[in-house]
Amino acid sequence: MSIRGSILGTRVLRTEDPGFLSTGGVYADDVQDERLAGACYLHFVRSTVAHAKIIGIDVSAALEAPGVLAVYTAKDLADAGLKPVSPMMPNMNQAMKQSLLASDLVRFVGEPVAVVVTEEMYQGEDAIELVDVDYDILPAVATMRQALSGERGLLFPDAETNVVCTYGDASAGNADLFEGCEVVVSEVIQNQRVAPAPMESRSGAAAWGEDGRLTAWIPNQGAQGTKGAIMGMLGLKPEDVRIITPDVGGAFGAKFGADAEHAVTCWVARQLGRPARWSETRNENLLVMPHGRAQEQKITIGGTKDGTILAYRIEIIQDCGAYPKAGAFLPSLTILMTPGPYHIPRAEAWSTSVVTNTTPVGAYRGAGRPEAAAAVDRAVDLFADAAGVDPADVRRKNLLPKFTEPHTTAFGAKYDSGDYAAALEKALAAADYQGLLAEQAKRRANGGTLQLGIGLSSYVEITGPGGEAGGPNENGTVEVHPDGTATVLTGTSPHGQGHQTVWAMLVSDELGIPIEKITVKWGDTDLVPKGGGTGGSRSLQLGGAAVQQASRELLDVARERAAETLEVSAADLEFDTEKSAFSVKGDPDASVPLSALAESERLFVRSVFTAPGPTFPFGTHVAVVEVDTETGKVYLRRVVTVDDAGTVMNPLLAEGQRHGGIAQGAAQAFLEEVVYDDDGNPLTATFADYPFLSATEVPSFELVDMETPTSYNPLGAKGIGEAGSIGATPAVQNAVIDAVSHLGVTHIDMPTSPQRVWRAINAARGSKEA
Amino acid sequence: MIPASFDYEVADSAAHALALLAEHGEDAKLLAGGHSLLPMMKVRLAQPAVLIDIARITELSGIAIDGDEVVIGATTRHADVASSVLLKAEAPILAYAAEQVGDPQIRHRGTIGGSLAHADPSADLPMTLLALGGTIEITGPAGTRAVAADDFFTGPFESVLGPDELLTAVRVPRGGPDSPGGTVPWGYQKFVRRANDWAIVGAAAYGGRVALASMGGTPLRALATEEALKSGAPIDEAAQLAAEGTSPGYDFHADVDYREHLARVLVKRALEGKAD
Amino acid sequence: MTEIKLTVNGATRSDEVEPRLLLIHYLRDSLGLRAANVGCDTTSCGACTVLLDGESVKSCTVLAVQANGRSVTTAEGLVAEDGAMSAVQQAFRENHGLQCGFCTPGMVMAATSLLAENPHPTEQQVREGLEGNFCRCTGYHNIVRSVLAAAGKLSGSSEMPASEVPDSGVTA
Repeated sequence: MSIRGSILGTRVLRTEDPGFLSTGGVYADDVQDERLAGACYLHFVRSTVAHAKIIGIDVSAALEAPGVLAVYTAKDLADAGLKPVSPMMPNMNQAMKQSLLASDLVRFVGEPVAVVVTEEMYQGEDAIELVDVDYDILPAVATMRQALSGERGLLFPDAETNVVCTYGDASAGNADLFEGCEVVVSEVIQNQRVAPAPMESRSGAAAWGEDGRLTAWIPNQGAQGTKGAIMGMLGLKPEDVRIITPDVGGAFGAKFGADAEHAVTCWVARQLGRPARWSETRNENLLVMPHGRAQEQKITIGGTKDGTILAYRIEIIQDCGAYPKAGAFLPSLTILMTPGPYHIPRAEAWSTSVVTNTTPVGAYRGAGRPEAAAAVDRAVDLFADAAGVDPADVRRKNLLPKFTEPHTTAFGAKYDSGDYAAALEKALAAADYQGLLAEQAKRRANGGTLQLGIGLSSYVEITGPGGEAGGPNENGTVEVHPDGTATVLTGTSPHGQGHQTVWAMLVSDELGIPIEKITVKWGDTDLVPKGGGTGGSRSLQLGGAAVQQASRELLDVARERAAETLEVSAADLEFDTEKSAFSVKGDPDASVPLSALAESERLFVRSVFTAPGPTFPFGTHVAVVEVDTETGKVYLRRVVTVDDAGTVMNPLLAEGQRHGGIAQGAAQAFLEEVVYDDDGNPLTATFADYPFLSATEVPSFELVDMETPTSYNPLGAKGIGEAGSIGATPAVQNAVIDAVSHLGVTHIDMPTSPQRVWRAINAARGSKEA
Repeated sequence: MIPASFDYEVADSAAHALALLAEHGEDAKLLAGGHSLLPMMKVRLAQPAVLIDIARITELSGIAIDGDEVVIGATTRHADVASSVLLKAEAPILAYAAEQVGDPQIRHRGTIGGSLAHADPSADLPMTLLALGGTIEITGPAGTRAVAADDFFTGPFESVLGPDELLTAVRVPRGGPDSPGGTVPWGYQKFVRRANDWAIVGAAAYGGRVALASMGGTPLRALATEEALKSGAPIDEAAQLAAEGTSPGYDFHADVDYREHLARVLVKRALEGKAD
Repeated sequence: MTEIKLTVNGATRSDEVEPRLLLIHYLRDSLGLRAANVGCDTTSCGACTVLLDGESVKSCTVLAVQANGRSVTTAEGLVAEDGAMSAVQQAFRENHGLQCGFCTPGMVMAATSLLAENPHPTEQQVREGLEGNFCRCTGYHNIVRSVLAAAGKLSGSSEMPASEVPDSGVTA
């Protein structure tokens, strides 16, 4: 749907693509810069045990190995004055600090213990094998339950607990919450740990100039945040640090800020007076890049037999891994979104975040909100099943009715606009829900091996949150050059989303400059010192709005100059976007091109757009699976979605975001999981073991369009980036359970692996094989 | 991610390869497609001092009929086995199995000899050779010997192939419409969570022979099932015995009882002639 | 050190390399052809895919010495001298078959090889043909569309030259 006949709303191909397709993107490992000439290479020695005291580190053999320039341990960093990193928020247990290199204790398999620096890359892998670490193994706190019970001890003796922080108040819980409910169902469910696993692993390069400034090329989701993290870890001043963001090969929440290895790379470069490069292997990536999700949830839902929901409670335990990171605070977002799109008269939620001897947990596409949606939609289906009401009817009965004025929930979330029922009906119609039910009934009557399951999810989620007082905001700078080109500076940080194209579209729409003549820049802290980066699906609604706003303000500035040039008053001028020129009303020959107004003085505007608050995209997903009831294997056949994120600027790119989110969400439901054994040893730390989704496991997706604009920005846009991953997970999980519900199955934890499905079927049948 | 250092020699004939093996002994490994060996070397589970490249020895590659058998050279790639018109006619189960190995890129490099020498109990070709009742030809300092598939695999990643020997060819019986006994029915089942994985359990049926993957330290014959079939039991019943005599391991994909259950289901489907 | 002589994107190269040098690193670091990427360490993800004598291989699991006397084609080599992209590259652009781009060169090479062997694949055959190439961004939907579109274009007219990079603003 094109807006006002403009380029906005049309399927513009990405201007970024020819480079990516031919010579390839320039990711951190590809960067060739004269400042990095002669760079040395870092390789890390990592803990092979989950929990141990470090008795000693013998680097003598490594130091003798070919090409080794240095070997450093925690002692070297401490001697240099580097301090451990404290948990990022004040409510987190501040005794749970992380040294950049493990000092007296290692707390997860993969934790960096030492770093070996070599002349050539290949020499590094040889040399790390020669570092000998002597461990005194301690019991591993392998699970959240062990963390809470204390049966395996404490990760941080000084903390006197394994609890990082809590949200909500369990003691304020209402024991009579489900009073008056004819039907009450309760279940403990897992929102399992997954690995973000972007195709580009972590890497970095650093060089110090003779001026004492650090320039570091670090893949990230916001260079400004990365700069702050490096400054903090190394005790540097802002003027001494420049972060340059190369092309980033996917992030999904796991590349915010900077990790210990990035800081160590920068430090080594200064220590040796020589540029330094680091690149991790996929195994290291699956061991150390923060994992996602990892919540255990006790859900209880109650209502009347006709399918009306009266009460809902969710009790959360969040696994933070060994060191508290973003994962520790994500339950607060889960709690915020507790009721989802449903009207639930009485609801309560609380959470406890704990450390375990596993990989730290961070943000992963959806970050706290998929957990809320998966819980409430599982609860809705459990309730529907117990009440004997069709899950679609339960949703119809309990979805909040359409609203155009903001609606604040009991949990304090102010939903800006929503029409959840319409999303549900559109998705059901597109999926031919009735036809699917008929097919399912037929197969059940035939009793064949391959049964059909239909799963629903109706979700709402929060995007574009702001951390600063005064509301969520982002800056944008637009400059028009005398040669007719334009440059845009943005505080967002794309890593596949296409901001180069869409921001250019927004500027083009205002200024009439063709998009091929517009260059968008981001991610260089010298060029863009302030910015919120890209995450939480904030970029278009804040960064895009800022760029549009800057363009409009630039026209105002230009108008004044044009008025002077043409010796008329500004009110007598009109701007023709087709010509990108001002002309006098009624006298088209009296005109001046926009670019000409940049000749004597630079023509640029920096503008900050502030939104009244976060926005709330919503939708419904319908998933169709086939389950082989003999083996338990799940085949995902269809995913039909409505993902309403307001006005769409570029449908081609919006669809791509939905596809990617749906795939990741579905993958969590039936395929992917990070697994540890009872000693905290990881079992899924390679791509051969981690069941990463391939093209054969998913179908093509069926997307239905729906746009309910928001009033919170002139674009009418909410955030689309994470919606797909929020709706798909519960839809697919519900579908799998639905496929075997006639056999008596009411719940199967994610991922619904073949063995889990088989065991559920057997348990329901009361078979001895279970 | 990268192998430890090694020396590299190129063999220009089978005799040359054997001479190099004799010279370097246990320090040397043969390299054909390298898609079993190089992944192990990259994670340093294998660190041979010398690699002897046999991929260029043309006499070791090729597919031809020899009487009642089809002979396949050891360095014939999976892609060529899979697309072979001759094999699709004469031993379609082998062509089918080769198509299941890994992914297209892997099949452009990996070889039948390499796969059998690697002796992975979860792999496609060892199980299939067992079902076919094929023969593996080995050449060493003492000459050439033929080892039945039943006798070739001795343990996880272990076979009778000696460190100074070269696997030169694989022989399988002809089972197409023009063969002496006519078309031999076959079926193939590879159970995975995700494409490109090794089988959680695999089953291959060829005539009255049934072989399993991932049910023990080597590919195994489902002998109890075969016996039952010989005594006239229907497929359903015979398949119920598929797990007898097996010793499957467990991992996070599958416990022992689930593997045993899968063996029964997959053998039944393979015996029904299904290949999917 | 071992001497190798091979053709890369049509040009002859002679070099002395360590036997353990992986082909991916030879291409990237010795020859500066950095489109292909390293995405894993278990020959799983395919980000390193190039063509060896016209067939797709994972260059992380091929030694540079194994490519001696052979011909290698990378994504850079699919672009004509006048800058025109191949039909497959073109189709990826037109169908939004890439987002972050990290898997893309490998995906393009795998697709090129796939279509050379099977010019008229079904959707299922495309998905199976790409099972050795992982993508995290696109959910594979538009990648499959791109490959099917390229197949249609290529089989529509085998004499049709690769088209110029189109003006932006073309609606899909």
